[in-house]
Amino acid sequence: MTSELAEGSVLLDHAVGLHARPSVKLTQLAKSFASCIELGLSEHGPWIDAKSIVKVMATKAPKNSILYFRAQGTDAAVAVAALIRLVERDFENGH
Amino acid sequence: MGIESKRPMVRIDGTVAAPGLAEGPLFRLAGGPRSLRTAGAPAEEGAALARALAEAHAELTRLAALCADGEAAAILQFQIALLEDEALSQPAQAAIDRGQAAEFAWRAALDAQIADYENAVDAYFRGRAADLKDLRERVLDRLSGATTSEIPPGAIVSAEDLAPSRFLAPDWRGGGIVLSRGSPTSHLAILARARGIPVVVGIDTTCCNGHSYALLDGEAGSIILDPDDETRRAFERKLAERQSRDDAERVHLARPARTQAGETVTVMVNLGSLIELGMIEPAHTDGVGLVRTEFLFQGREQLPGEEEQLAAYRRILDWAGGRPVIIRTLDAGGDKPIPGLTRTGESNPFLGVRGVRLSLRHPEVFRIQLRALARAAAEGPLKIMIPMVTLPEELIRCRALLGEAVAGLQAAGLPARDPELGMMVEVPAAALALDEFDADFTSIGSNDLIQYLTAASRDEPELAPLAACPPGLWRLVRDIVEHGRRTGREVSLCGDLAGDPKMVPALLDCGLRKLSVAPAALASVKAAVSRYRAGR
Repeated sequence: MTSELAEGSVLLDHAVGLHARPSVKLTQLAKSFASCIELGLSEHGPWIDAKSIVKVMATKAPKNSILYFRAQGTDAAVAVAALIRLVERDFENGH
Repeated sequence: MGIESKRPMVRIDGTVAAPGLAEGPLFRLAGGPRSLRTAGAPAEEGAALARALAEAHAELTRLAALCADGEAAAILQFQIALLEDEALSQPAQAAIDRGQAAEFAWRAALDAQIADYENAVDAYFRGRAADLKDLRERVLDRLSGATTSEIPPGAIVSAEDLAPSRFLAPDWRGGGIVLSRGSPTSHLAILARARGIPVVVGIDTTCCNGHSYALLDGEAGSIILDPDDETRRAFERKLAERQSRDDAERVHLARPARTQAGETVTVMVNLGSLIELGMIEPAHTDGVGLVRTEFLFQGREQLPGEEEQLAAYRRILDWAGGRPVIIRTLDAGGDKPIPGLTRTGESNPFLGVRGVRLSLRHPEVFRIQLRALARAAAEGPLKIMIPMVTLPEELIRCRALLGEAVAGLQAAGLPARDPELGMMVEVPAAALALDEFDADFTSIGSNDLIQYLTAASRDEPELAPLAACPPGLWRLVRDIVEHGRRTGREVSLCGDLAGDPKMVPALLDCGLRKLSVAPAALASVKAAVSRYRAGR
């Protein structure tokens, strides 16, 4: 098994920003992957652990922020793609 | 609590937040000092914190499983996710390793997080500080060995305030709640009303200290501390009467409402929040006669978007399972201000820019709601109802905006339907000239209609006799029902009048056959219908 690197970004278009319900969904999804996954509000970081609800909520990302993901591990590419899809799909209609 | 010397009877008056009667031992909840453990070595402290976190996690998970509802469940899921995150407890664990007691380490770690949220620019994030405080207290309770489930069954609980997550745990049957803070419109009040637990707010609960027994009168809005024998016996008679009546009425809940003559009356439910969905059986209703969409708009900084509204309307349709659902567009203003939308400083808000008057002045907000409603209407039997309609033109403008919304959605390839559009009948000028209005159905909003007919505020206790049932009201209701019959349009009544079993015969006498009532009134209203004999 090889450790891969992956990156990606997505516009946060959720009506109310990265609030509790979307943050819970985002961290739950991140935790389902083995890779180490980080989240930043700029392509240069600072980077925080995307599996930590405490840290994800602490970014207090408002609507129209761009979320940058980077991951390292065996499933890095799949993980980044899945997280971007979740944000694009507006967290599946969560509030 | 635990004080033997008998104090004289005291009566304190407050405000009813959820009706009902209860008596029992007084139980003071939290607020007071917790019993502190003797702090041990870092290893023991670390283990104590880990145990408390695990217990709190188990408690929250159990609560979340009990809550079908979106809002309460979301609060709990957030707290559970926080507990599962080592980043939350890690600073506390580090402090314990440096020799601090678990309580202090946990409190300091959470207080730092709470301060961070309290300093947020966005009001939504500032609001989350309350969730972290709730979590802080829950874990501290577990550390000191206190538990929320320790509330003895049937107790009268007195507290400063009570978080909705705390309300969900105990077995309240036979008990009640008195609070210093809180209001009849709070989440707690909605939960308590739906479960039939009496709550009285606005009581200085420090007065309860030193007393051991209480009668909670959620009809008069008072609490009687350490009642004398005579008072207690009278209260118990009232309680017994109410209980036997409630038991007798409960059998009607699952049955269709039929009069003595065998005529079926439609009894629908009024909803003021998604929380209530988890507490009523849809099969006990004939649908939803009124959804007050203000709950989507209140207590937040940004107004809800189209997707969020659609998700809420969809949930109600799913819950109703094919039964009709009447959703009222935003009825803000009057006693329901919404920051950033309603006017401030109106000299008389009840006669001001409220209901449809406000919606038509904010088409950008109104359009979003109409789009969400038109999209939901494509998925189930949804009808739209416009509040505070006074002139026929207002309804025409609403219909035009709805038509535009439907056309825009369909052009964008989104499923949408142009549903029935009806009006609340609550302004006398409209009630007296219904034939001028292009409404597909009408629903009588008796609360406002009575207040505008009698020129008497419903918040003025001294004027209560005026608002009781003025003769002019019955004539008007008769005329509205008659107009509906003539034109083949449905007429219902969704004000508090319909939820009062004593008023049900008079409403049926007027020819009304559709009532929409609060969840807690379903059984008693259906029972009142079943007792009804025409022409008495």
